[in-house]
Amino acid sequence: MLLIRCPYCEEERPELEFRNAGEAHVARSTDMAAISDDDFEKFFFIRSNPKGIIFERWRHIHGCARFFNAARDTVTDKFLVTYKAGEPKPDLEGLVSNEPAAYANRPPDQLNVKKPRRAPAKKKGEA
Amino acid sequence: MAEPFRISGAGRLTPAKTARFTFDGKPFSGIEGDTLASALLANGVHLVGRSFKYHRPRGFLSAGAEEPNALVSIERDAARKTPNVRATVQELYDGLAAHSQNRWPSLSFDVGAVNDLASPFFSAGFYYKTFMWPKAAWKNLYEPKIRAAAGLGVAPDQPDPDHYSSRFAHCEVLVLGGGASGIAAALAAAETGVRVILADEQSELGGALRFESGSRVDGQDGFAWAQGAVAKLAAMDNVRLLPRTTAFGYYAQNFVGLTERVTDHLAAPGHDLPRERLWQIRAKKVVIATGAIERQMVFADNDRPGVMLASAARAYLNHYGVAVGRQVGVYTANDSAYAAAIDLKKAGVNIAAIVDLRDNPSGPLIDEARTLGIELNLGRAVVKARGNLRVSAMVVQPKNGGAERTIPVDALLMSSGWTPSVHLFSQSRGKVAFDDATRRFLPGAYAQDCVSVGACNGTDSLEASLDEGYAAGAKAAKEAGGKAVRGGAKPKADAGEGWTGGMLGSAPGAGAGTTVKAFVDFQNDVTAKDIRQAVHEGMRSIEHVKRFTTNGMATDQGKTSNMHGLAIAAETLGKEIPEVGLTTFRAPYTPVTFGSIVNHARGPLFDPTRRTATHDWAERQGAVFEDVGQWKRAWYFPRAGEDMHAAVNRECVTVRKAAGLFDASTLGKIEVVGPDAAKFMELLYTNPWEKLGVGRCRYGVMLREDGFIYDDGVVGRLAADRFHVTTTTGGAARVMNMMEDYLQTEFPGLNVWLTSTSEQWAVIAVQGPKSRDIIAPFVEGIDLADEALPHMSVREGKICGVPTRLFRMSFSGERGFEVNVPADYGLAVWEALWAEGQKHGACAYGTETMHVLRAEKGYIIVGQDTDGTVTPADAGLDWAIGKKKTDFVGIRGLSRPDLVAPGRKQLVGLKTKDPKTVLEEGAQVVANPNQPIPMKMIGHVTSSYWSENCGRSIALALVVDGHSRMGETLFVPMPSGVIEVEICSAVFFDEKGGRLNG
Repeated sequence: MLLIRCPYCEEERPELEFRNAGEAHVARSTDMAAISDDDFEKFFFIRSNPKGIIFERWRHIHGCARFFNAARDTVTDKFLVTYKAGEPKPDLEGLVSNEPAAYANRPPDQLNVKKPRRAPAKKKGEA
Repeated sequence: MAEPFRISGAGRLTPAKTARFTFDGKPFSGIEGDTLASALLANGVHLVGRSFKYHRPRGFLSAGAEEPNALVSIERDAARKTPNVRATVQELYDGLAAHSQNRWPSLSFDVGAVNDLASPFFSAGFYYKTFMWPKAAWKNLYEPKIRAAAGLGVAPDQPDPDHYSSRFAHCEVLVLGGGASGIAAALAAAETGVRVILADEQSELGGALRFESGSRVDGQDGFAWAQGAVAKLAAMDNVRLLPRTTAFGYYAQNFVGLTERVTDHLAAPGHDLPRERLWQIRAKKVVIATGAIERQMVFADNDRPGVMLASAARAYLNHYGVAVGRQVGVYTANDSAYAAAIDLKKAGVNIAAIVDLRDNPSGPLIDEARTLGIELNLGRAVVKARGNLRVSAMVVQPKNGGAERTIPVDALLMSSGWTPSVHLFSQSRGKVAFDDATRRFLPGAYAQDCVSVGACNGTDSLEASLDEGYAAGAKAAKEAGGKAVRGGAKPKADAGEGWTGGMLGSAPGAGAGTTVKAFVDFQNDVTAKDIRQAVHEGMRSIEHVKRFTTNGMATDQGKTSNMHGLAIAAETLGKEIPEVGLTTFRAPYTPVTFGSIVNHARGPLFDPTRRTATHDWAERQGAVFEDVGQWKRAWYFPRAGEDMHAAVNRECVTVRKAAGLFDASTLGKIEVVGPDAAKFMELLYTNPWEKLGVGRCRYGVMLREDGFIYDDGVVGRLAADRFHVTTTTGGAARVMNMMEDYLQTEFPGLNVWLTSTSEQWAVIAVQGPKSRDIIAPFVEGIDLADEALPHMSVREGKICGVPTRLFRMSFSGERGFEVNVPADYGLAVWEALWAEGQKHGACAYGTETMHVLRAEKGYIIVGQDTDGTVTPADAGLDWAIGKKKTDFVGIRGLSRPDLVAPGRKQLVGLKTKDPKTVLEEGAQVVANPNQPIPMKMIGHVTSSYWSENCGRSIALALVVDGHSRMGETLFVPMPSGVIEVEICSAVFFDEKGGRLNG
């Protein structure tokens, strides 16, 4: 069972308290009705499904109930970082390593990640 | 009852504490502290089972958890029959009853043993190749026969009467394995004050010290030191000791699953005790101290009862005081078997000879064996074990061939070296690395915050293991926040044992070109020849060899077989071992009972049961309940003599004639509040909301982005900034989740708050022409006149003196109200309305009548009449889409080409030509019943009922282009014949809707 750091509660909690909510940074158009079939396909159906780092959404459903984003390595299941919804994709340089015991979801300020500006009204994916 | 093989003065058990037991019904006596294995051996019993495939007689290979052969079933009573228990692990208790497995009619005469003679036909991959044709025979003939003949124990046929418990625990340092290095690690970590958990599979900790007669620590016998150290740990508040506890799985981020066997060793376990306890431990640091496991020699008939690992014989002698034979042979490729021969010899057991593959071994153990006068056969091999039900002799030959010599033995000890137990390390996703010098896999790159110490880390001597364990425990504790300790009590080895070397793969006489049965995997009956054959048949990857031969795939997880199998495959492939690679170690390390995993989650605790406020009342009224998700809902209320059909017919007619009361509390309810509440509703539902007046209701449809119906429900506007949203019963949680998702991530600028109020409101639906008369006497502050409270409106006021949100709405097509009251008042209000209702001839009705009434009106149920591919237009709900809206969830999906193309399945009504015929829900609809099979299916029935009010059957169906097929005749082919149906409007009753105000 994974330990996941909720960026709102600022605590590592067991996976049981969370639900995965699919890929992150898939932006819904502000002019939804007008987008092309191709753009709708990309928005609704196409997902990256990478072997390696995935940016994905989680919900702390049995905790604070907030949605947030995470960068996770799909090979090792290691969380590189978790961050609040609306914040831009973090710079992962220096986070991806094969070092042992890089298992914890360290908070961004310990991870050489530029501290994201707080922009509450931003939509996810608008990075 | 004498135990002929118990040696007086040997071992650590107290002879006075006897325990009686039976094996296959025959009574025996053992001593408390025995395992079933040691007790049987004390009585001279070696034959305990038949093998999986060839039904060969089998005895004890080991004295521990790695045992592949000695699997028995333990029967406490009719319901407590545990199959496949390792006799080497099962602790003896007074009255234990064990049975051998996989034999018929008896253990010593087994008909299935004919498989052994026919073994040329049962080679590797046999099942894959042989039972291919004819295809039908697999299901009816091959599989049942194979299943009956193969397999080991028989599963119990009654529900498990035991209970199991579960504990979560956290600690700074978790030590897995209570041998010398594990105890040292725990001691060091415990001294720093951090929380330490030490788990070991044995009842008494000590690991290899159990049998190592040459180990001395801190001036004591090694095992005695271990007991003292454990007592010291047990007395510390920050230490939890878990004996009889096996770590079976190592999961992400130092999360370890363990099972503790709580009662399997007790003669009369109290009912308050769980049989097993599942531990789920999250540790900051894990110290893996899982030791090493001795391997067998791979030679012809190395599976005969009496042929066993040398270390096992030492454990039986030095701990249990049992000699495994009187005339014991030894076959080895390293030193450790010498220690067994020496211990036995000193205990008075005759050692027939030591056969050593090495030409010129040297060292103190070899010297001591010579001094004791044990015959050494160096540079020689045992090429065959003679005997059937028990080994009778070993056939010795120079290792490069030559004259054979047969030496009579009644037990044969073997050792080809030790395999570090890297199972848990590997499960932690650590990468093992092959150490060329010592020919073994050792922990390489770590993936988690753990460390391996002692024999599992390739550390061979006791002294080094203690040092390594102590240092690792201290370091782990310090890093996890332990306080600094000066002058800790580090244990010191005065004398110790430890061996490296040995050999991998088949021994002389069992190599390439031979067809003898030299077993690599005892439990799955895999021989050296099978592995070579797999390579010859084209398997190149060790993963393929494993699956083709099933080597290492039995419940023992290849503890003794993996390395030999790998070496033989590598040799046959002409490759080095690391090039061939090791198969993946998987959890569980040893078998785990379903009971401990399922734990409390069975029976009523399998899933929560949700009950409404009126549940007990309905039960008293004789209601029959149905499960709707986790809810128990009253299904129908039969009166004396009524079956379901009669009850539902009566309820349906009563509601339309007078009135009915229905508990609708399970509907999901979400309070949408805030300045932007209407804006939010506009985005989440297809309907327009901005202009909905305060006090009015609207039927809302929610889509997914792809344009398909997700949920529906009536929404009441209580204030400009407050909506009372209802959802389907099953959809409550996911609708709330979807709303939160959009609010938090897509529309975070909206000032809206969402609160689930599903369980706060009890909902009493009062439906029917008399509904107003029934509620009127109790309502305060709300004008119930049609002009003041028209259909689809909501008011707040009081009923029976308690606050209510009173909805004028209908899911039956009749004049109706839904009385929302705080759930705690639900029953009281229900009882008041019920009393009044009876004066007006009303009935209580359940979900079945609710379904029939709504189907008579063509009201859909999301999830029954829709299936996730139905658009509002398909369901005839396009009127619910706000045509002027520029955005809502699903707006773009609705204009996808396939959603606007002709040929979509649309919701229609179906009338059977014979009004008495009720269609099956799910039945397929075709245009031409005479077409060849497979027919082209153009639709299916989604809802179907007998309608007493219509005097005929009614059905809803999704049919291709259904809306333009009104009046067409279609067909529903059923096994009993083709049913003719006519497409009609989905509204069967009161098409104009006049009764809503009736």
